[in-house]
Amino acid sequence: MTDAPKNVVYCGVCTFPPEYCEFGASLPRCQKWLEANHPDLFTALYSVGGNVVAGEKGALDELDSDSKKLAKAIGKEEAKLKRVQEKKASTMIVIKRIERTKKKRVTSVLNLEVFDVELKKAAKQFASRFACGSSVSKNNQNLEEIVIQGDVSEEVKAYILQTWKTIPEKNIQLIEEKKKKKPEEEV
Amino acid sequence: MFKKVHPKEDIASQSQVKSSVQRNIRTKLLDQMPELEKHLDELMPKKAALTVVKLREHISLVVVNGEVLFFNHFDEAYYPTLKLLHKYPALLPKLQVDRGAIRFVLSGANIMCPGLTSPGARMDVSLPEGRVVAIMAEGKEHALAVGITKMSTDDIRQVNKGHGVDTIHYLGDQLWKSLFE
Ligand SMILES: [Zn+2]
Repeated sequence: MTDAPKNVVYCGVCTFPPEYCEFGASLPRCQKWLEANHPDLFTALYSVGGNVVAGEKGALDELDSDSKKLAKAIGKEEAKLKRVQEKKASTMIVIKRIERTKKKRVTSVLNLEVFDVELKKAAKQFASRFACGSSVSKNNQNLEEIVIQGDVSEEVKAYILQTWKTIPEKNIQLIEEKKKKKPEEEV
Repeated sequence: MFKKVHPKEDIASQSQVKSSVQRNIRTKLLDQMPELEKHLDELMPKKAALTVVKLREHISLVVVNGEVLFFNHFDEAYYPTLKLLHKYPALLPKLQVDRGAIRFVLSGANIMCPGLTSPGARMDVSLPEGRVVAIMAEGKEHALAVGITKMSTDDIRQVNKGHGVDTIHYLGDQLWKSLFE
């Protein structure tokens, strides 16, 4: 027996030693990760009699009720992942320049949380980056948005692209909200 | 222990400890895990800053160079984190649960005696009550939890019902997750 520390591989998806991935709902993704990153381990774990057990439900050794539950959990997890991805693809981050008075402008940022950004943290990052007030507040539709004191739309866009690399540029929209010019029409 | 308490969000206080306290911790760790002797200078170099992080519910973490290595409850026995145990499997005596028990342990359940006495299980050591153990599993190479015996291994075999081992820290609990953040 050696005293040297053992080098243990941990799954890049669920963080468990790969031999325990089979107990989690992310099994299909775990298998893909292992095959790509540690093909030798993948073969050792998932091949039976020379045949690699196909991903998905194939890896569940016995179809007792536990495995069925797990299969169901995997299905749910996959569906959830798909929904999240679809939502990300279809959501626009809206950066709005808002005219509060003739001189005062603020910038609001909507929907960052869809891309797994923590709004409070992001507001702080904006504040220190642009040296101005920045906070999370609810807008009139009761949605959380970040409001930055100052006209920094372009800068915010650049900062978002640079900081959260998974956000595609096409999902960022700049718009402008002028003060209503003819309030009498609303009466 | 870490089902609900979060090692990063539930910090009550943290401080770099004096060298006398550091010595105490080292002595206690060595008493409890003699196997540690060979690795302690590497794991906790005498000059490295040792921080004790106190969490809610009287849990303390022993942190060296930003890495959580051990934890304990009140002033009781120290447990290694699973990551440390994976590196140095000889630190703790091993008990093995059968395959059927794995998913229960992974949900944080305590270990029932039959899970330690069935054909897939193994208890190759004789231990008293109150001993910190590595929980291994049938057909697996690495530990899935650390626990503490609630009965002696002899009683676990003879009585064969009720909780034999309390699950203290397991793959996927808040402490495990925090080790990957
Ligand atoms: Zn995994």
